[in-house]
Amino acid sequence: MDNGDKKEYTGAQMVMESFIRAGVDTIFGLPGGANLPLYDVLERGGVGINPVPEGVEPKSYPIKHYMVKHEQAAAHAADAYARITGRAGVCYATSGPGATNLVTGIANAFMDSVPLVCVTGQVIRALIGRDGFQEADIQGITIPITKHNELVLDVEDIPRAMQQAFHIATTGRPGPVLVDIPRDTLQQKGEFYWSDKVQLRGYRNNGVAPDTNEIQKAAEIIAQAERPVILAGHGVIISRAYDELLKLAETANIPVITTLLGISGFPGTHPLYLGMPGMHGMYWNNLAINEADLLIGLGVRFDDRVTGRLADFAPKAKIVHIDIDAAELGKNVRPAAAIHCDLKAGLTELNKHIRPKERMAWFEWIDEMRRNHPSITIRETDEVLPQFVIDSIYRETKGDCIVCTGVGQHQMWAAQYFWYDKPNSFVTSGGLGTMGFEIPAAMGAQVAAPDETVWSICGDGGFMMTLQELATIDEYNWPIKFAIINNGTLGMVRQWQELFYENNVVSTPLKNPDFVKLAEAFGIKGLRAERKEEVAPVIQAAMEHDGPVVIDFRVTYDENLYPMVPPGASLDETIDLPSTEPAHAGKQEVKA
Amino acid sequence: MTNAAEEIRKIRPHTIIALVEDRPGVLNRIASKWRQRGFNIESLAVGHSEKPGLSRMTFVVDSDANAEQVVRQLDKLVDIVDIRDISHEDVVVREMAIIKLKSTKETRSQLIDIAEVFKANVLDVSPDSLILEATGDEEKIDSLVTLLRDYEIIELVRTGRVAMIRSSEVSHPELPEEEQYDRYPGVHTW
Repeated sequence: MDNGDKKEYTGAQMVMESFIRAGVDTIFGLPGGANLPLYDVLERGGVGINPVPEGVEPKSYPIKHYMVKHEQAAAHAADAYARITGRAGVCYATSGPGATNLVTGIANAFMDSVPLVCVTGQVIRALIGRDGFQEADIQGITIPITKHNELVLDVEDIPRAMQQAFHIATTGRPGPVLVDIPRDTLQQKGEFYWSDKVQLRGYRNNGVAPDTNEIQKAAEIIAQAERPVILAGHGVIISRAYDELLKLAETANIPVITTLLGISGFPGTHPLYLGMPGMHGMYWNNLAINEADLLIGLGVRFDDRVTGRLADFAPKAKIVHIDIDAAELGKNVRPAAAIHCDLKAGLTELNKHIRPKERMAWFEWIDEMRRNHPSITIRETDEVLPQFVIDSIYRETKGDCIVCTGVGQHQMWAAQYFWYDKPNSFVTSGGLGTMGFEIPAAMGAQVAAPDETVWSICGDGGFMMTLQELATIDEYNWPIKFAIINNGTLGMVRQWQELFYENNVVSTPLKNPDFVKLAEAFGIKGLRAERKEEVAPVIQAAMEHDGPVVIDFRVTYDENLYPMVPPGASLDETIDLPSTEPAHAGKQEVKA
Repeated sequence: MTNAAEEIRKIRPHTIIALVEDRPGVLNRIASKWRQRGFNIESLAVGHSEKPGLSRMTFVVDSDANAEQVVRQLDKLVDIVDIRDISHEDVVVREMAIIKLKSTKETRSQLIDIAEVFKANVLDVSPDSLILEATGDEEKIDSLVTLLRDYEIIELVRTGRVAMIRSSEVSHPELPEEEQYDRYPGVHTW
């Protein structure tokens, strides 16, 4: 045990020192009364406790802090930063409203299993529980949306709490952890105590070795399968199991479907890649899942948007499920083989037992489904279709970028019309579905990958939710390209009103500002494309501009998103296009 | 599982025991999971365990609940050190009840007779009331309460079930020491 130096340090210094030891180099945050001690030591960086510790790169000294304009953006930016780097994202907020503003961002990270460490200031200890000014019980508020949280009342507990926070956030199934520290605890002095080992007797959801029996069982099931599909989820990206997944698919000759969050976990232009399944997934994928005799779920949680009506999900398939969270195994579907371990480790082990197998009839069937169903072809028209804009961005950038999206129609189109060949290049809010994620997520992604081009595909509704961050983007001059798919409506919601509420369109049309002037008011270059032929040149102009750009793509108002599985329907009731009848997969069985 | 066993499993509520960190907010976390995941709790008993800093709790979830999900979801809480479903184990089960009854000169001896049959203690006697303490499994307490309904029950309090595995088997064997497990991957290319 290293008891560190015997000198006395303030709580705020201890927080900074813990960050340095945890390898943190970036913080997103906003100061306020209760977390001011943290800002007081920020510029002093390593607080001079000791030289750069072993294993920490000097460039992380001192820690870089990015000041956002609203705490929600701090949480989302840290979230995207964590997704790209694989390290914990860190954010700061003050007590009360500062902390509650983080809540959406924390819930977003929780649903998508993103490692986040949120440090919030709290009112002084004497005021806690007495309704002090800017007091909010943020620990109580965030219990259901954090992997763990703690209110630290003793200054000498800070290093332990911080160390545990990083350990819990980044190991096992990652998730957000919140550490709440009263202002006077941050100012109090004490001894800095650091243990070499994290002591947590109740925490063991943690890199277990895969069960060899289950691996054998899974390998046998795979060897016997005639019509298998792989359903790869966020776990592939979190665990960086790209190569292992590729090996499994190529060796065993199994087509790969990725969930929304699994996109960019498998090469997008690979011949075995089939795209996304589910509510707005590719038609052939939904039919393939319906027809498959084996579904290999890798780091997925069988969310309702993927499964459709659960009772009719993959009715002919045995299920092999690998997940690091034991609670996910058997939660929604009953696996024939359930492997509880880190995906990379599990796939490495599984791949040792995989034999090549031809599955001609199956691939022919899938190919026929792809040929016969138009799914994602872009209609010929002179109007500017949103799909056309996204397809154009893909063509002009050649896919060489990181794409962040908001939530809604544009998000689904960005998942359907963009082929992600670069690992981990698609950042989106999957589980919580947070509109407004696109702007701060792009900030976090750009900080995490300064050499990449970051395209933020935005909805006009979502853009209005977090656009205050344009000031932050201008301040740090992040060269993010914002493509607003401006259809003047909350498109996805309007689509539901049309389809399921007798076209009773209420409160979805948007009276938008002039986005070009708006961008200019923030000191950012604004561009607009209103006609089809303007789209490509505007994208080129944005790429050539050495700084942030906001592009207002004026697209058609009434374009709807297809394919679609109506809520509560099963996958074989997918509507390919509004003009086509839902074909039941049962009529199109694979001929053996 | 045979059909009969399956039937029993369905009608019987599940008994789950857990070893939890003795820290503020732990009950809040556990209750939050119950509420959010829609698990219905029939009873809950918590107190210190033989290990310093750890409390042991016994709780009963209704028979509709998916006990496996209850255990796995709660096991994710850092403050729960160990948790297991002992519904199918050979266990001893006890509950305690304290019952305050209206009693007169005429009924007092009848109440004391009933208490003796149920090996219940008389904790307090006043001119017009009497307090009984009974320990046993739920069925025993239930039948005592049913009998006492013929008299006037002023107040009734029950602790909820506490349970322990029979023989020398330890409910929560020592957990293996965990290893550090870092996840700091670099940038990846195919």
